[in-house]
Amino acid sequence: MYRYDEFDERLVRERVAQFASQIERRLDGSLSDDEFKPLRLKNGLYLQLHAYMLRIAVPYGTLNARQLRQLALIADRYDRGYGHFTTRQNLQFNWPKLKDVPAILELLADVEMHCIQTSGNCIRNTTADQFSGVAYDEIEDPRPVAELIRQWSTLHPEFDWLGRKFKIAVSGATHDRAVLRGHDVGVRLVRDEAGRLGYQILVGGGLGRTPMEGKLLREFLPREDLLAYLEAVLRTYNLEGRRDNKYKARIKILVHETGIEKFSAMVEDEFARIDGTKINADPEEQARIAAYFAPPAYEDLPDVSRALEDAQAQDEVLARFVEHNLFRHKRKGYAALTISLKPIGEAPGDASSEQMRLVADLAEKYSFGEIRVTHMQNLVLPHVKLDDVPAIYAALATQNLATPNVGLITDILCCPGLDYCALATARSIPLAQDLSKHFADTAKQKDIGELNIKMSGCINACGHHHVGHIGILGLEKKGQESYQITIGGDATEKFALGELLGPGLPAEHVPEALDKVVGVYLAQRQPGETFIEAYRRLGLAPFKAAFREVSDVVA
Amino acid sequence: MAAAKRPPLPVILLVNDLLDGEVLFAAKSGKGDDRGWTRDVREASVAHDDAAAQALETFGAQQVALQKVVDPYLVDVTLAEDGAPVPRHYREVLRTLGPSNRRDLGKQADLQS
Repeated sequence: MYRYDEFDERLVRERVAQFASQIERRLDGSLSDDEFKPLRLKNGLYLQLHAYMLRIAVPYGTLNARQLRQLALIADRYDRGYGHFTTRQNLQFNWPKLKDVPAILELLADVEMHCIQTSGNCIRNTTADQFSGVAYDEIEDPRPVAELIRQWSTLHPEFDWLGRKFKIAVSGATHDRAVLRGHDVGVRLVRDEAGRLGYQILVGGGLGRTPMEGKLLREFLPREDLLAYLEAVLRTYNLEGRRDNKYKARIKILVHETGIEKFSAMVEDEFARIDGTKINADPEEQARIAAYFAPPAYEDLPDVSRALEDAQAQDEVLARFVEHNLFRHKRKGYAALTISLKPIGEAPGDASSEQMRLVADLAEKYSFGEIRVTHMQNLVLPHVKLDDVPAIYAALATQNLATPNVGLITDILCCPGLDYCALATARSIPLAQDLSKHFADTAKQKDIGELNIKMSGCINACGHHHVGHIGILGLEKKGQESYQITIGGDATEKFALGELLGPGLPAEHVPEALDKVVGVYLAQRQPGETFIEAYRRLGLAPFKAAFREVSDVVA
Repeated sequence: MAAAKRPPLPVILLVNDLLDGEVLFAAKSGKGDDRGWTRDVREASVAHDDAAAQALETFGAQQVALQKVVDPYLVDVTLAEDGAPVPRHYREVLRTLGPSNRRDLGKQADLQS
């Protein structure tokens, strides 16, 4: 993975010193809170319901064991012994003190990590497919591109004060695991008819209070033009985007109000004016970056691991773990292993410092020291030998990290909600815990199959509820928490926004409402059909009718 | 100057401590204007009339100017049997307690009665 050179190291250390100075000046009054707030946000520091919250960048979701151990140390020394992995592949600490933040940032800098631009009106962490570099369906590893974008977007002097936040996602595979169509810009590696590699650029996707699907901006962009083209997109947005209304300030609104044809023409105009030689990374630089992502020293192994097959035959739970938590690797005899941070009844996406240390140890021993964070708030060991899976599984089980539920109904994506977040309108975690327990039965989970529940505690949709197969949105109704349920969302290349099933329900009625919805699927599915496929075939009506059986009684 | 729109009485005043981020409440005063902050809502000063509510807001603004706290605002409460103020809205109740899924964290754990 990418290692800092002396410029990166100096930049991050200078940033720490700068922020430490800004904190001092805030405390002595020379900076007002209005002046300080945008500065602290651009260092990832929020003020939430109970405490500060610090969001640490995990560039395109990639960590090494040393970094994960340092996060565990920070959790123990400066926080409450745990962290939360987010839907943008970052890590959040919920209890840091402002006076401790400079020390935390120094510890992060010691392991080549930082919190730069994880909040604020700037370009945020560029996210990527969690199986980058290893997926069987990969065209090319997108991480060098993600790293290039990261360097270009960090402290970019022209784009440091955008009208609003800006989020970019990158994918190098045929299947979209990075929610490209839900981002401000999506970058998809493609080949043209001649087999040359380039990028398909999507623009104007976003969730939140006005969800929109990203539109095709450029069918094929030659590789060498990427940064100049992104510059053109950002400049157009920066100049033309609205600044009169915070809720109309994202690029999706600009694209929607301008129209994609006109917007595209504006971008191409700007792109034509840009001197690419001044901005684009030259081939040596691209090669230098790509070298950091060279594949590790894989062994030549057979397709099938006798050891794993034998172990599975004797352990049913291991067999389910293999079935649900392993992802097909491009290299024979290997797998990408997803560690579920959704143990039954626990807060989704949270990891204790002990759990982090165990994952770090396993990464070192079994995965070339590498870990990934997924946007579904799980972790991945990206290169494990099939032979090693039983040992890894046994070790994970000692820390409640071996739940065999990846992609199943209890693999719930859930924002922190009103238990932590100052923006929330309702709690989300307790309902996620209840649903997890409600659907815990492993045979039932297997029968239901692939079903993503995604939950947000407010309309800002950090929990991606719009693109959940089942989406749950927590609001307030008559002074009580009330949960609206949507159906049919999809975050993949088959992008779709969910449809509302009916009026909001109190939390205690949501499990039975989901029973009804799942019941329609189980009763009417065709052989081999997943929940979302059945929904597309059957339409909203039967699900809505089943939902009404609950909502009519509650009303 | 005319009061900004306030929540209904009685009210308490909430802030975040600047240095450590914890939620604080304007405390019951000793004598006169000698106020302070408390981490425990049971010790919060309750304003039963407009003048007292204004006094809370003034105190909050002074403390903001002294770089002690941020984001002061009034919260409407009811009074429990023992006289302790309980916020009316569930969001503000959570701020007096901590995360509902982790009873071992926040005020609910730190301030056992």
